Amino acid sequence: MSKIHVTTTVNGDETEFLCDPRETLLDVLRDRLNLTGAKEGCGTGDCGACSVTIDGRLVCSCLVLGAEAEGKEIATVEGIAEGDTLHPLQRKFIEHAALQCGICTPGILVAAKSLLEKNPNPTETEVRYWLAGNLCRCTGYDKIIRAVMDAATEMREAS
Amino acid sequence: MNYHSPASFAEASALAENADGVTRFLAGGTDVLVQLRADIVTPDTLIDIKKIDGVSDITQNDDGSWTLGVAVTGAEMTEHASLSRDWPGVVEAMDLVGSTQVQGRATLTGNLCNGSPAADSVPAMVAAGVTVTVTGADGSREVAVGDIPTGPGRTSLAKGELVSAVNIPARGDNAGDAYLRFIPRTEMDIAVVGVAVSLRLDGDTVTEARVSLGAVAPTVLLVQECADAIIGSTLDDAALDALAAAASAACNPITDKRGTVEFRTDVAGVLAKRAAKIAYARAKGETVKGDHA
Amino acid sequence: MALDDRKSDFTFVGTRPDRPDGLDKVTGRAKFGADAVAPGMLFGAIVRSPHAHARIVKIDTSKAEAMKGVKAVVTRADFATGLTGEFWNVQENVMAGDTALYDGHAVAAVAATSALDARDAAKLIEVEYEVLPHVTDVDKAMAADAPVIRDGTADGSVPEGMHPNVVRYHESGHGDVAAGFAEADLVIEDSFKTEATHQGYIEPHACLASLGADGKGELWCTTQGHWYAQKHCAALLGIETSQLRVTASEIGGGFGGKTTVFIEPVALALSRKANRPVKLVMSRSEVLRATGPTSSTSMDVKIGMKKDGTITAAEGVFRLQGGAFPGAPMEFTAMCAFAPYALENVRQVGYDVIANRPKQAAYRAPGSPMAAFAVESVIDLLCQELDLDPVEVRLKNASKKGTKASYGPRFDDIGLVECLEAARDHPHYSAPLEQGQGRGISCGFWFNHGGETSVSLALSEDGTVQVSVGTPDIGGSRASMALMASETLGIPYENIRVTIADTATLGYNDVSHGSRVTYASGLATIKAAQAAIAEMCKRAAAKWGIPEDAVKWEDGCAVPSGPNAGDFEPLAMADITADMGATGGPISGHFEATPEGAGVSFGVHIVDAQVDPETGKTSIPRYTVIQDAGKAVHPAYVEGQFQGGAAQGIGWALNEEYIYGEDGRLQNAVFLDYRIPVASDLPMIDTVIVEVPNPGHPYGVRGVGETGIVPPLAAIANAVSRAAGVRMHELPMSPPRILAALKADG
Repeated sequence: MSKIHVTTTVNGDETEFLCDPRETLLDVLRDRLNLTGAKEGCGTGDCGACSVTIDGRLVCSCLVLGAEAEGKEIATVEGIAEGDTLHPLQRKFIEHAALQCGICTPGILVAAKSLLEKNPNPTETEVRYWLAGNLCRCTGYDKIIRAVMDAATEMREAS
Repeated sequence: MNYHSPASFAEASALAENADGVTRFLAGGTDVLVQLRADIVTPDTLIDIKKIDGVSDITQNDDGSWTLGVAVTGAEMTEHASLSRDWPGVVEAMDLVGSTQVQGRATLTGNLCNGSPAADSVPAMVAAGVTVTVTGADGSREVAVGDIPTGPGRTSLAKGELVSAVNIPARGDNAGDAYLRFIPRTEMDIAVVGVAVSLRLDGDTVTEARVSLGAVAPTVLLVQECADAIIGSTLDDAALDALAAAASAACNPITDKRGTVEFRTDVAGVLAKRAAKIAYARAKGETVKGDHA
Repeated sequence: MALDDRKSDFTFVGTRPDRPDGLDKVTGRAKFGADAVAPGMLFGAIVRSPHAHARIVKIDTSKAEAMKGVKAVVTRADFATGLTGEFWNVQENVMAGDTALYDGHAVAAVAATSALDARDAAKLIEVEYEVLPHVTDVDKAMAADAPVIRDGTADGSVPEGMHPNVVRYHESGHGDVAAGFAEADLVIEDSFKTEATHQGYIEPHACLASLGADGKGELWCTTQGHWYAQKHCAALLGIETSQLRVTASEIGGGFGGKTTVFIEPVALALSRKANRPVKLVMSRSEVLRATGPTSSTSMDVKIGMKKDGTITAAEGVFRLQGGAFPGAPMEFTAMCAFAPYALENVRQVGYDVIANRPKQAAYRAPGSPMAAFAVESVIDLLCQELDLDPVEVRLKNASKKGTKASYGPRFDDIGLVECLEAARDHPHYSAPLEQGQGRGISCGFWFNHGGETSVSLALSEDGTVQVSVGTPDIGGSRASMALMASETLGIPYENIRVTIADTATLGYNDVSHGSRVTYASGLATIKAAQAAIAEMCKRAAAKWGIPEDAVKWEDGCAVPSGPNAGDFEPLAMADITADMGATGGPISGHFEATPEGAGVSFGVHIVDAQVDPETGKTSIPRYTVIQDAGKAVHPAYVEGQFQGGAAQGIGWALNEEYIYGEDGRLQNAVFLDYRIPVASDLPMIDTVIVEVPNPGHPYGVRGVGETGIVPPLAAIANAVSRAAGVRMHELPMSPPRILAALKADG
């Protein structure tokens, strides 16, 4: 079985890899590019732990083939902080204790960042529906929603 | 598994025509990849149609009708203001499919060709009178959406055929559509029942109506008795009751992990009424939010 | 200060600092179970039974073994023989022997050079089955005509004449229930059922194993207890416990479900056979089919009450199905059932029933939520019939200090009355309800646990501190340990680093379960810090040339204990540690014990439910959790435990369930259809932390993790039943079930 050669950009860095046609983008990120921030919680697009953006669009990387990354811009949780400066969402998640085990956190941060880029002033309901595809089993979502709303406020005030 | 990304529908059709074993077309991939990961279907040939020119375009034609490329995602539809204004029911139905993440990938075409009787966008498309262009070795033909699925997981598409465009009619005046589905949670579930209503008014009176039901039979239903129950009415209580009764009577569901025969039959009537009210209000020019926040 | 005096004024404990692992977890660099790699690593895959009950006639591995890239195939023959007791049960569950006992039961495994190759090879392993009759429902499994699943499993406790699927029996209580019922103005008896639910942690089980023919091994895995994993893996593989070093990864949720082993022994067996490291990661569907869900239950509860709300007697029968193995926590169900109430006459009976389902595993207060559902529903019915206020009735009967508990002992200081008073006084309880809404409340109880615990604390030359604990951090416990250490030592929180040590670097630790970590590892951390303080005081005494008992520890410094001790400048920790090599050697503290004073936990939940009468769909517009934490060490993480327990309870009450087909196969083994609450399903969850100090902990801490899932099932059932006007007897209260109940009610 021949492998596919793919050239893509991940968190701003140009990257090449070979993958089996059946490998998902999540498999490639984790097993070939060593970017294990995206997690596989279900493999069926139901939990959002593998969330990344492709050309700015939020997707589950488990529902994208590695081969489809050709020529795309991929962004993962590893690219959210700028150097040693955390993104406001990252800071607020720590500050609000918006994570317990932390397995869903990378996916939720990627998804929430995507929301705030599209809608800087979301209502609580909008945040809840936007994040409905990101399962968290620990927190009951309360502190996650608060952290996202607080980060949005801070980002609006800063801009 | 072989992966191809052809540059034209003709090429895609030829690839499929000449392929052995199981062939799947890859648009959004939100069904194909789930089946792959779960070892339900591992295609021998996978044809990615997203590299074909124009597949991501949303175009309004001179006569007011719409042509959507087969790779247009739910998110792109929701973000399209004038499409959403014309066909809020179709757009919301697509928007109900899966999460925000799934919306970034999932397409009307994929939702249709997956062949699920519970596909959210299909009743809305059937009620709206949407057709698809099907391309094969012998050229293209236009097929009503309701004629594509033939049973759970099955379609009428022949080997070498694929959907190459989605055609939504012009909305016209004094008309509105709506789609509601029942799920146990607020998001992320497959419809237990889905109901779409598209109607046109003359003054307060319904003059045209199409009512379609999902997840209550092996394929999506277009129920003439439901339309008849409200055509000529002002959607008064008697008409709504008749609509609900017709919807329930049309159901031929199964009991499964998502719902019982009794539940689906009852709720089809409830949702038919609710969807009709929304479509009616929209036809009157009111802005009504659907089920989705 | 006497070291054992209970503290009540705190500097660090009770504050909300950032968690030490926060940065790693928001940047994606935290290493969870599936994030580890090793040179030469292979990937494993497991072959699972598609049948609920089948004799394994033959396993043909030849085609898989012949496939390129395949390095090892294992079956039960590759594991130790002659095991007994729980080791044998775990082994049977990890890899089937003669018989596959449930849909998803592992029967073989393969390791190959890539994950895709391993999956392909698994499909080439041919298993011939002889399908046997099966049963998955608890009541049907007890019926006379039920197929016998594993004859001879029952222990001596089971009364004669029971079906062989009833494998254990429990009975407890006190007083004379018949006399108590005779005193009552109203007796209500009712029956309830709950379906199995899964812990639903988002991280599937994952491990990386390396084992050689010399019997020495390394295991990295996501687990709530790596010493448990060490002990069980060693037994199942037939190697010495100490030769297997187990390191706990960051854990992506457990809730009890990661207190045992599933894939770890399999990965070790594959590794031993291939002589290479093997990574094994479960898919979600494997997690749901083959790891421990809860028990399903069938329960009868009878309660007598006087017109003034006094409970005169209570009786309950609790039948728990725990999969094809003994161990359903029916004694916990029985013992927790009536614990919130001071009862003169109480009796509870439990049955442990086996069926063709996966081996149940602990899930947050195992067994207690179901009992609360049945008992608190009957109390609500009594309140409705007698027109009594639900909180006042519970206050009237509430257990307090000195009450003889329904399960035997007398309670020490407990906070149930305080929780109920907080509920009564909370604005939620008196807020008006909208049309179609109902309000429910429920009490909940959990024992809490101590367990074997070892903690080691080492001082660095710069006066900072490393704490090694052995209880995996599931929800922020490193922050709590650091707070307790900083409180004890009197140094800043930031100067302490807490690490989850591996099995080779610390003494034995029981699993992170039973709400024991903040209590037991916390207590051990405090004691270890006190041991280090004693040594530092000794060094100061030597330096000053005064007796050791003339030195005390204050605000992070050694100081003379009084004017008679001498006049010396305080010696800060860093002053002492800077030259500790020369003054007697490195300074450490450690503590090993099995603390017994965990201090039981009570909570009260208030919930509003809105029911759509046309569809039976329920929404939860408002939810309040009130619970006694003893002392909240890091209040934000205490609130998080309360909220998380409530959210899981909401899922259990409304939509989560194991759905088996007639063929005994699990029909909803994906998150699409195993419906855990999503963000848009839930309201903000309000919390009230009640603090009635636990006399068994130096800082008054009680575990808080588990009680939060006990009241929701009942509280929501009471709210839904009041909103819908019809009593719900079965969980989950899914829309079809509610609509059917409404229609049956007319």
